[in-house]
Amino acid sequence: MAAAAVTRICVAGAGTIGSLLAGYLARVAEVSVLTRREEHARALNEQGLRVTGRGDFTSRVHASTDPGELAADLVVVACKGSDLAPLAQRLSGHFDGATVMTVLNGLGAEDVVGAHGGWPLLSSVTFMSGTRHGDAHVEYILDTATWIGPYRDTTRADAQSVADLIVASGLKAEAFDDLRPAQWSKLIFNATVNSVAALTGLPHDPHFAGEPLGPLVHALVDEGKAAAHAAGVELWEDPWEMNVLATQRGHAHRPSMLEDVEAHRPTEIDLITGALVREAEREGVPVPLHRALYALIKAKEASYS
Amino acid sequence: VRICVVGCGAVGSLFAANLARLDDVEVWAYDASQPHVDAINTGGLRLSGAGEVVGSVRATTDAQELPACDFGIVATKTMHTDAAIAATAPAFADGYVATVQNGLGNEETLAQHVARVIRGTTFPAGKILEPGHVQWDVKGDTTFGPFGDTPFEAVQQLADACTRGGMPAHAVEDARGPQWRKVIFNASTNPIGALTGLTHGRVCERPDLRALVSGLVDEGKAVAGAQGIVLDADPEDLIDHAAKPEVAYDHKASMLQDVEARRPTEIDYLNGGIVRFGREHGVPTPLNEAIWALVKGVEAAWQQ
Repeated sequence: MAAAAVTRICVAGAGTIGSLLAGYLARVAEVSVLTRREEHARALNEQGLRVTGRGDFTSRVHASTDPGELAADLVVVACKGSDLAPLAQRLSGHFDGATVMTVLNGLGAEDVVGAHGGWPLLSSVTFMSGTRHGDAHVEYILDTATWIGPYRDTTRADAQSVADLIVASGLKAEAFDDLRPAQWSKLIFNATVNSVAALTGLPHDPHFAGEPLGPLVHALVDEGKAAAHAAGVELWEDPWEMNVLATQRGHAHRPSMLEDVEAHRPTEIDLITGALVREAEREGVPVPLHRALYALIKAKEASYS
Repeated sequence: VRICVVGCGAVGSLFAANLARLDDVEVWAYDASQPHVDAINTGGLRLSGAGEVVGSVRATTDAQELPACDFGIVATKTMHTDAAIAATAPAFADGYVATVQNGLGNEETLAQHVARVIRGTTFPAGKILEPGHVQWDVKGDTTFGPFGDTPFEAVQQLADACTRGGMPAHAVEDARGPQWRKVIFNASTNPIGALTGLTHGRVCERPDLRALVSGLVDEGKAVAGAQGIVLDADPEDLIDHAAKPEVAYDHKASMLQDVEARRPTEIDYLNGGIVRFGREHGVPTPLNEAIWALVKGVEAAWQQ
């Protein structure tokens, strides 16, 4: 992948994160959006993509439900974990010559996408957050970075060029030689905080660092750290400290898994806690508490029907 | 014999209505709900479902109206035990007070207010449909045993009355076995229903969730074993039995009912009790601690 070649970007899956990336990147590149619903594509084509919050502008994007209509040097896959498999299937046979970058929670999204085509792959995790106010309007809330690293047939330089483009567009990004330390830090953080929030109904507030949930959160983080250690990953940040810091921000974030459970939607548990449990199992590390949370969230999803 | 049911919710109503069928038993009910008390006094206390009963029960929200009673049967939610027995204790000055509540620590609380306490554990379950009317979901046995110096004859007398009234009851010398069997059953299943929204049967048919239930059971058994308590039955067998369609497949655990109604749960007396006794006896209970914390988190979320 040649850095200078990235002039056309397709964002596949325009939820909150995808919309933020599409809206900002459209200021420095030609951006298209692959949507699942026709009315979503129509809204974007007719109204453009409005960004509020930390930004205040409207970007022109070309949207379609047909990947054959869209061309790109870089495809950014930013859907929810539960939508990943069908989306990856739709990419199959398209975007020849493009590099594909996944921006999903958890672990394993790269492999799901990679199974559907031979594109070079970048992995990334994002810490920014926002709120979607409609198909063509997204609010940018937390201006934390997106971290990018090589995954398959890509290099640090490729990651850097995408990070530079994102920074030029007005968002924050950093490139890494190896994304796994950051990815695992976030994996453990999300596996712990998102599932506890979804089960209790609490936003990520001081209950998670003190009573009654602090000891449980700490024990969940310790299980995750043991699994990371066994997998040879030296964590980028301590997930317990990430937890404590996040609860001190004053604004209690509502993790997407909590929103999913309240709206009776499928959650990302398989890509997050499920991935952590599978990795731990492979390394022979017992993670009984994560296993318990996984079973509880899967059961909660089953209770919708 | 005069018997007063203290806390005439679902389980208390099962005892009150059934005992009222006996000619030689006069049944009183003390309850905090005025509409429920009024309905009972007007039309009797009605049970439907596993049995159709209308019992003639004298109900009151005012403990001072209670006459002297030979027996009390305390069936309040565990967090209300102290207030309920503090109010009604004068009626039991010469009587015996049994608990048929969930959880651990109720006998000790009763003994702070009355002289003669009977340990009890009961398995029937139901829910209040409307004031004066209770759905009887599950039939089951009750076990009574002496607590402290309570004479065994009194325990037998109460068990006999319950049995004759249609609530089969046994008197045993050490009722801790059945009590812990039930605590382990409840602590291992109720909060799982409460956290997931699933009925008992649906909890049990999911292999990974059933494995979590077994993990909770194993911790409870270890804590009971460390105290020399011999369980009278394996909670695992009872859990599987209850999951059968003809038993309690569709039963929503009382804690799930509490969570849906945003009422405080009994988690402190179930998993919290197992964790406390585990700490006292050096037995680790990480899963019970995790489940306790999650349900406390659910309760904390209601404050927001």
